[in-house]
Amino acid sequence: MDTNVHFRSATENPCKMCMPMGAILPFKGLENSMVLIHGSQGCSTYMRRHMAEHFNEPIDVASSSLNENGTIYGGEKNLKQGLDNLMQVYAPEVIGVLTTCLAETIGEDIDRITSQYLQERGLLKSLIVPVSTPGYGGSHAEGYWQAVKTIVSHLATATPKHSKLNVIIPDISPADIREIKRILAMMQLDYTLLPDYSTTLDRPLVKPYRKVPDGGTKIEDIMAMPGARATVQFGLTLEQNLSPGHYLAKEFGVPLYNLPIPIGVQNTDLFLQALQEISGVAVPAALQDERGRLLDAMVDSHKYNFQGRSVIFGEAELVYAVCQLCLENGVYPVTVATGSKNSPLAQLLQPKLTDVDHPVEFIHNADFVAILAHSMDANIAIGPSDGRYLTEKQGIPLVRLGFPIHDRVGGQRILSVGYAGSMMLLDQITNTLLAEKQRGYRQTMYDTFYRGADRLPDATLPNSGLRGERHEL
Amino acid sequence: MVNEQAIAARTASIKTKGQQKQQVACDTDSVAGAVSQRACVYSGARVVLNPITDAVHLVHGPIGCASYTWDIRGSLSSGSELYRNSFSTDLQEEDVIFGGEKKLVSSIDELVSKYQPELVFVYSTCIVGVIGDDLQAVCKAAEKKHNIRIIPVQSSGFAGNKSAGYRAACDALLKIMPNEGPVEQKGNTVNYLGDFNLAGEIWIIKDYLKRIGIEVNATFTGDSSYRTLQRAPQAALNIMQCAGSMAYLAQRMEDIYAIPYLRVSFLGLTDTAASLRSIAASFSDPMLAHRTEALIATETATINRQLEAYRTKFKGKKAAIFVGGGFKAISLIKQFRELNIEVVMIGTQTGKQEDYAVMQELVNDGTVILDDANPAELEKFMVEKGANILVGGVKERPLAYKLGVAFIDHNHDRKHPLSGFVGAVNFAQEVYSTLCSPVWHYV
Repeated sequence: MDTNVHFRSATENPCKMCMPMGAILPFKGLENSMVLIHGSQGCSTYMRRHMAEHFNEPIDVASSSLNENGTIYGGEKNLKQGLDNLMQVYAPEVIGVLTTCLAETIGEDIDRITSQYLQERGLLKSLIVPVSTPGYGGSHAEGYWQAVKTIVSHLATATPKHSKLNVIIPDISPADIREIKRILAMMQLDYTLLPDYSTTLDRPLVKPYRKVPDGGTKIEDIMAMPGARATVQFGLTLEQNLSPGHYLAKEFGVPLYNLPIPIGVQNTDLFLQALQEISGVAVPAALQDERGRLLDAMVDSHKYNFQGRSVIFGEAELVYAVCQLCLENGVYPVTVATGSKNSPLAQLLQPKLTDVDHPVEFIHNADFVAILAHSMDANIAIGPSDGRYLTEKQGIPLVRLGFPIHDRVGGQRILSVGYAGSMMLLDQITNTLLAEKQRGYRQTMYDTFYRGADRLPDATLPNSGLRGERHEL
Repeated sequence: MVNEQAIAARTASIKTKGQQKQQVACDTDSVAGAVSQRACVYSGARVVLNPITDAVHLVHGPIGCASYTWDIRGSLSSGSELYRNSFSTDLQEEDVIFGGEKKLVSSIDELVSKYQPELVFVYSTCIVGVIGDDLQAVCKAAEKKHNIRIIPVQSSGFAGNKSAGYRAACDALLKIMPNEGPVEQKGNTVNYLGDFNLAGEIWIIKDYLKRIGIEVNATFTGDSSYRTLQRAPQAALNIMQCAGSMAYLAQRMEDIYAIPYLRVSFLGLTDTAASLRSIAASFSDPMLAHRTEALIATETATINRQLEAYRTKFKGKKAAIFVGGGFKAISLIKQFRELNIEVVMIGTQTGKQEDYAVMQELVNDGTVILDDANPAELEKFMVEKGANILVGGVKERPLAYKLGVAFIDHNHDRKHPLSGFVGAVNFAQEVYSTLCSPVWHYV
């Protein structure tokens, strides 16, 4: 089934956030950058709070702090003053200016205001990238891509051909980005990875503290993306109008490899095949070993994994890749859900479900009430922290993956891409299934089979028994 | 090269005690681009009302506002868990163009029929007024249709700061209670205002009051319900902890129901004991004072011994404080002093003139006092003043850690109580666990 309509009016316990939230992340992955959100003060504060909790990093995001006057007479003055103050304290090379539902609804023309601002102040070397991200325009995932796409279309300029490869990534963890970079280096490729928040949002503890962290994609590299030999983009579920890779292909003729996130054997194979094709370099033995180890792990765990019936939810791109890993390992999905309104998840995955002998529910524009309703048969959930709702309501254990992870530490360090990362994610899934089994099997078996004279009456049996489990946990 | 010069418009909001005469400017709009730590009107209203356990809290607006406030706070309930859900009309582009009233009406209908609440709050967000939705009219019609209370909360994000949201929440609360007074008031009863029952803090205070012979009638708003709030006018006295959010409500209740109010704070030994004494003294029953002294003696006897060990370890350490409201900041100065720690920087997001006057009085010369600070200022003054520990919320925590400064989570997410005598010990333990952790030897 493909549920793409909200038959309810109210959203109950959302599986998404708003556009500007998603748009902050790419700007945090640019070198020497800052972000300003054009709207009321609360937007930036809520988003900073959410991101600070996930990344455990200071997240400085400015606001134009629109008040009643700004809302009635226009926010231009606030926006310009905000940019002045931001420049003074942070002196960034590039500023992302994001709109909000308020700014969009009152009709703020941020393209005009920001370009006028640079002229008025004579700031010839500063760059401002204005991005339209109304809170009602889509989920945070669309906001993320809107920002990446706008960064590329705003900065990229016709460039002579060069040997670098463009690598455009969706919202994956800083640890994932580092792994992608390690693989690119092993394949002897020179590249521009966008956006690169692997250091900026997961910085080593060094003193003195810097307000704008080191690292991030260099602006001149983004400008030169049109001259690249090819683009590899993990954006299989992307609509073309949001796809920076398609933009570079269409405008500048850069060949595009639009691939899934390399999670799972097949997806990682696709990535390496593309890199091999582009570089002409054979996959080195070390990487082949990693692949072999992943296969070995898959075989070792296959019977445990085949007990798994999964709920996979979150940003469509990650959901697709995780589904692939689950399908390869028999952790067959029961429910596949994303907060995005339009996503081709069902079309892309349906043909891969031939081995699955139960119906799979695809939910778009999902909230957790809908996800829960279709997850009664599931025994494992994979996605961001909000999925703990499924644990609380239905006892489905959650493997935390994606953004945000706000009730555990280390969201920024979760590694799940490449052969090595896939293996770590798979182990986590397997071990979650094993722990669940071990937690209850003594009691379940006793309840089901023990018929001795001293059997406790059914009514007195505890719901979740403690028979022996204390020793195993 | 980063220009370290401070933002000119911020100058009036920062001062050092003993160096400038004027008090810090506060309660003003945040400066654009200053990276204020404040949230918005909606956030203020949501913080205050959300702990009402059996209400449907419906956010009318695009999804973000509801998403960022879903069950992230540690308010506990002894009854309904309905408040832990996040309900939103999740406005889309077409709703913004054609108006969101229709979606709001059907959302209310759905949620009322599904959850059968006696009370619904409908929060307005930034764009509701701009797109011309008449919240008041929709709620009024829905009240009639469903025959329950459906109360609009005027919390458009841009219409002021977080304090305006507190006020919007208080206005909504007043609508729950009968609109005329005075009501017949019972003997030794109080309402407890400005506690959100984080980690069961209300339960701790209720027990203290019970032991000295005072019954808590209604709590605002931690662990409260529609019915308990309705009968709030029956109390003889309002005691108020978080004055920033509740002073307006207390004043209005005095005007309408002739219930006097008393400011209290249960943060730290000094304030907890003083508050219990002043509550007891507000009643004519002499036995109350008796039992209060007995309770304080019992509770502090063991605690003082526990705290003494910490005092020695903390000697010479310096604290920085940046919290939401004034009452918390003031209590923290005293609480740190109880632990042998001096405050070198203090500020709040929404403190009032009178709060800053008290802080100014309490701190030592040289202490930096600042309102509506931003990360750059927090960094500057923590470093300049050599703070060893910061008290703050989630956003401030990573900054402290990056600077090698210990950190106390004094926010609404925490899972351990910091109120009362038990809270004073928890606080000391938390200070110990962060200030004296071995990790600092390595960084």
